[in-house]
This record gives sequence, structure tokens and C-alpha cells, in this order.
Amino acid sequence: MSEKLVAERLVKVFGDDPDRAVRLLEDGKSKADILTATGMTVGVSGVDFSVREGEIFVVMGLSGSGKSTLIRMINRLIEPSSGNIIIDGDSITDADEDALRTFRRDKLAMVFQHFALFPHRSVRENVEFGLKTRGVEPGKRRVRALEMLDQVGLGAWAEAAPSALSGGMQQRVGLARALAVDPEILLMDEPFSALDPLIRADMQGELVALQDKLKKTIVFITHDLNEALILGDRIAIMEEGHFVQVGTAEQIVSEPASDYVAAFTQDIDRGRVFTAGSVMVPPEALDLATDTSQTALERMERLGRDALYVQQDGRIAGAVRYRDLAAAARGNGADLRAQIITDYPTTAPDTHLYRMFRLCASGLPVAVLDRDGRLAGVVEPESVFNQLAARADAGAATADTRLQA
Amino acid sequence: MWQPSDSITIPLGDWVQVFVRGWLVPNFRDFFRTIQWPVDQTLAGLDGVLNAMPMLAFAVILSAIAWGTAGRGLAVFTFIALTALDMIGVWSQTMTTLAMILTAVVFCALVGVPLGIAAARSDRFAAVLRPILDIMQTIPPFVYLVPIVMLFGVGMTPGIIATIIFALPPIVRLTNLGLRSVPENLVEAAYAFGATRSQVLWDVQIPLALRTIMAGLNQTLMLALSMAVIAALIGAGGLGLTVYTGLGRLDVGTATEGGIGIVLLAIILDRITQALGEEGRVRRSPSLLETLKGFIRPGGTRTGDDDLRRPAR
Repeated sequence: MSEKLVAERLVKVFGDDPDRAVRLLEDGKSKADILTATGMTVGVSGVDFSVREGEIFVVMGLSGSGKSTLIRMINRLIEPSSGNIIIDGDSITDADEDALRTFRRDKLAMVFQHFALFPHRSVRENVEFGLKTRGVEPGKRRVRALEMLDQVGLGAWAEAAPSALSGGMQQRVGLARALAVDPEILLMDEPFSALDPLIRADMQGELVALQDKLKKTIVFITHDLNEALILGDRIAIMEEGHFVQVGTAEQIVSEPASDYVAAFTQDIDRGRVFTAGSVMVPPEALDLATDTSQTALERMERLGRDALYVQQDGRIAGAVRYRDLAAAARGNGADLRAQIITDYPTTAPDTHLYRMFRLCASGLPVAVLDRDGRLAGVVEPESVFNQLAARADAGAATADTRLQA
Repeated sequence: MWQPSDSITIPLGDWVQVFVRGWLVPNFRDFFRTIQWPVDQTLAGLDGVLNAMPMLAFAVILSAIAWGTAGRGLAVFTFIALTALDMIGVWSQTMTTLAMILTAVVFCALVGVPLGIAAARSDRFAAVLRPILDIMQTIPPFVYLVPIVMLFGVGMTPGIIATIIFALPPIVRLTNLGLRSVPENLVEAAYAFGATRSQVLWDVQIPLALRTIMAGLNQTLMLALSMAVIAALIGAGGLGLTVYTGLGRLDVGTATEGGIGIVLLAIILDRITQALGEEGRVRRSPSLLETLKGFIRPGGTRTGDDDLRRPAR
């Protein structure tokens, strides 16, 4: 994947003499120092990042962290005080007014926190707006707008006034308006923050589904870490105008870069962050061709596992449990094949842990299958719960240290 | 006891006299005569049309406009009021006054709306404009009647020029206010989608400011009407002249005839322009067109569907 959007040392200072504040920043002065020395407010203090094509890049921060300023600098609704924004290799910061407009029309579209729908236009006309600024003829833009409205499930509301719609529906219109211009980059400024929790969860799910189809490059702003973790391919945590950590959801939660990040991650739903892949262990599978009941029992004892999977010609044949094998060994025969349980739980490596609780209830380790249906690893039920219980500020080794304590 | 005027006096009156009579009038009289030309033409056209129109035809048309904008009640009132004015015997004066007022309002809008837009776009321009508007609103009209007579002469057109000066401020102020109170996030959204400044102005700002701008137009209209009598002092005709004549002869009857005319005209025009400003909100009564449709389509009640389909503009 190529780099779609690159930001280099972006700075925004609100005040009379931004250049002076930029120099102070370069000398390593802090935001507070600059405020006391010059009275100017530093909104964003030197942020670098790059977003890959087709990626959802989430910037998460509390209010006042500069995240809204940051996203507005990408399409220059707010002029950066210094730094560079590069889209597909072209600098948008150097663009003159015409070129900037072309960038905004052809490459960027934005979705706003409070929807920003035009109240004097119908829903359809709102969706047409971006096409209208481009000069698309009325017939064509109408067709396109209706198509987009159908995509977000609001085809029946095309001629209604935006005020007749609920918040969630209004934001769907906002999304349709942004998608109607078929932008390469979607800028989303806290799009779901103003919605009720249930609607918000709905919209998050819909965004993920849409993204699977459309593969847009998305910069998404939020103050909700759970939302960031659900949506973000990569997440940047922003504090006081700069990024304190950039990484995947799992990296942020398992290795928080600072106490600030750790404080955030403490209360999040770890089941929605970690996947089967993060807790699976090597399968140590038995092979029906070479292993016998006896070797199976020995291996389980050595590994300390209650059950193992059995493979035949590289495929899973089933699972065997220690107690079944042991009982069989005491009785008449010890045929490994006879003890195989064929009703075993399976999952994919990217399944989130919160979806695995039911699988864990079977008592067998969960088989993790790769894309070709091969056994990539197994997840022991207790490791799921260990991962959920792990404290944010400790690492993967938590479980052991806690046992000793 | 000594006071400053014992030592130094400021001959302000002389200065102004010299400035206006000695410099402004000789040098710019022709210029001012030229700029009154479009006002002259507009007035002549409107006055000709209004006075040539049969009284009943005009009453019907204005009632229809009242119905279309403000509803049945005002339409009935308009018709009765106009009939009464005709019966009182001030019909042609009423038409002349209406022509003057409309001319003044047209030019106020032509000048005032662009000024308001410019003021909304530039804080500096707004800062310069504000004291000028303040002066225009507070200075007594009698003060500028004299220079107007010197520059433009006497008659209808100078009266309209005085009316324009007096009635201009509200539409400038309210255009400025209306544009500035368009929610920032909508303007931002329009720019984010690559709109040009003029697209933002025409597609977003003006439509959303229209209610406020119409309120300004309404105020301007009312101020213009209130100048009718003062404008008569420098030769404007119409209802103002009727009042002024009554005043000169201490003829209460004539003055009242003119006064009633102005008041009735004011009520009609005020209600119509107010209703224009409220357009797009819920209408209290069916529009004229719908009512007429109802006449030819008996039993055909409105389903309310039309309102849903009608795009909100």
C-alpha cells in the first residue's frame, strides 16, 4: 500500500505572529511556555504522520488536544502556520487558491460533527452539493445523489428537509454527501460524537461495512477511544497538540507509550481490541499417521494441555481430550482414532475475543484456521480470559507475575 | 464670566456654507444631476403605470399579491382599504406615493444589499460603514434637505433622494447581520466541498440570510413611507403633499385624508413584506393558487403531499 497522505511537521499557532511562535517551538519550547511568553496559543505543535491508501487512520484526543484543528489543516479550512501536507506526492500547502479548490473538489470530502447540512436544501440537494460545485449537470448529479442515498438507506427521504430527519439519518446524509463526489480521502471530524450510543454503534458498523466495499483513505477524528479501537487500522493518540503514540489498536492497548495513554486504555473493552491471533499458541497437533494414543498422552503431559488437535494429511481430523484417552487406555483399547471428537470450535485469526466466549464454553481449545482452512494455532479458553484481565500498564507477562504475587 | 466663545468662535455654519455653495454645488451639480437620471426614469415609469391603471384592476392585483404572500385576511383588508382610499378621494396621490416609495426602496436595495455583503465580508469595511450609517440614521432629514435642493433642485426626484438617504441604513445593517449570522459550520462545509466564494455567497449565505435581509427591506420600506411628508417639503407630491398642504392651511380634514392614506398603505406594504420574509415557514392559510385550484376542482382537498414533495428552498 502506498502513502496517500503525508503530513510533515504541521504546526498551527493562533495569534498575531505565528512565525515567532513556530521558531520558539523549534527551539524546543513547550505550549505553555509560548503562551506565557507571547500570549499565542499553539493548536498543533509539529505533527508528522502518513496515511496509507485504503487505511482508516484515527486521531484520538480529548477536546482541546488540537485534533479538529489538525483535520482542518489537511484541506486547509485552517491554514497551517508551518509544515507540509502532501497528497499523492503533490503539496496541498503550496497550492494556490485554484489548485486548492481542485484538491477539495476532486480528492477530499469531509463529514462534520454536527452534520452541517444546508437547512434550506432538500436531502437530495444536500447530497448533490459537492457535484454542483464541480459543475456537474443537474440530471447527472440527481442520479448520483439518489444512488448515494440508496446506499445509505435513505432513498425514500430524498425530497425531505434535513430537519425532518433524526440525528443518525442526518449524518447518513452527511456521509452520502461526502461519498457522492467519490473522494479519494474522506475526512471525518467526530462524525458520530453527536449521536446516541446505540445509533453510534450502528453507524460505526455501517462505516466498517462501507469501507470494506469502497476502500477509501479515511482520516477519522474522535474523542472516544473505544470508537478509535473499533475503526482504526492505525490510531494516533493526541495530547496538547502533538501525537504521543501511533500504532494499531493492539499496540496502543498492550504497549501504551505513556501514562497518559495508559490511563485511557485502562477502562476500554479489551475483548474488542484483541483478536484470536494475539492469544493463540502453536497447535502442537498430533498426526493420525504417526501418533498413537500413547504418544498423544505423553505429549499432552509434556505440554500441560488437556486436549490437542489431530491432523491427517495436513487437515484437521478432530480433537482428542486427555481424560478420554486416559479412560480408554485403562479400558480395553487405546485407538487414537476412536477418541477423536469431530465437533470442535473453530475461528479465524482476526476474530475479536468478545466473539469467542461461546466457543470457549465447549471446553476444547479453539482451533484457529488460516485463510486456507489450515490449523494456524489454538486458543486455550483460559488465555482468552487472561488477555481480557491483563492490566493495561503491564505487558504480556502479567499473568505470570500476578501468580507469583 | 469668561467662556471659550468670548475668545474663539468656530464659524461652522460659514464653513459648511462655503463648502457646499462655493465648491460642491458649482463643481458637482452636473454630476449629481446625472446620477439622478436612473431614479427619474424608474419613478416616471412606475408613476405612469400605477396612475394609468384602472383603480379596480390595481386593487385586485395588490389584493392577489397580499393573498399569495400573507393570506386571505390581508387580501380582504387590502381590497377594502384601497376602495376606501378611492372613495376618500386620494387615489391618485396614493399611487404617486406608492411609486415614490417603491422607487426609493428599489434603489435602497440596489445600493444597500451590496454594501451589506461587502460589510459582512470585511470587518474593516464594516467598521468604516458603521459610523456613516449611524449618522444617516440620527441626523434629522431637514438638515440635508437644503443641500439636496441645491444639488438636485426641487421636485419628486430630490424627494426620493432624501428618502433613500433616510431609509438606506436598515437594509445595509440587516444584510450584514444576516450574512454574519449564517452558521459558520455551514460556510465551512461549503468551502470544504470546493465551493468558490461566490458559490458560498449565493448557494449558502444569501438563502440562509434571506429572512433577515427581508426584515431589513421591510424596515427600509417603513422608513421610506415615514419620509413621505418630509419629502413633500421639497416638492415631492402624493399623500405627503396632501398632509403638508393641510398643515399649511391648518386644514385638519385634508391632513387627515393624507395621513389615513399613508397609514393604510403602510399596513398593507408592511404585512406583505413581512410575509415575504417568513416564506418557507409554515403557511397559515392556503396560497392563492391553491385556493383558485380549489374553485375549479370541487371537493378536491389538498392531501398535504405537495408540501412534502416541494423541495425546501
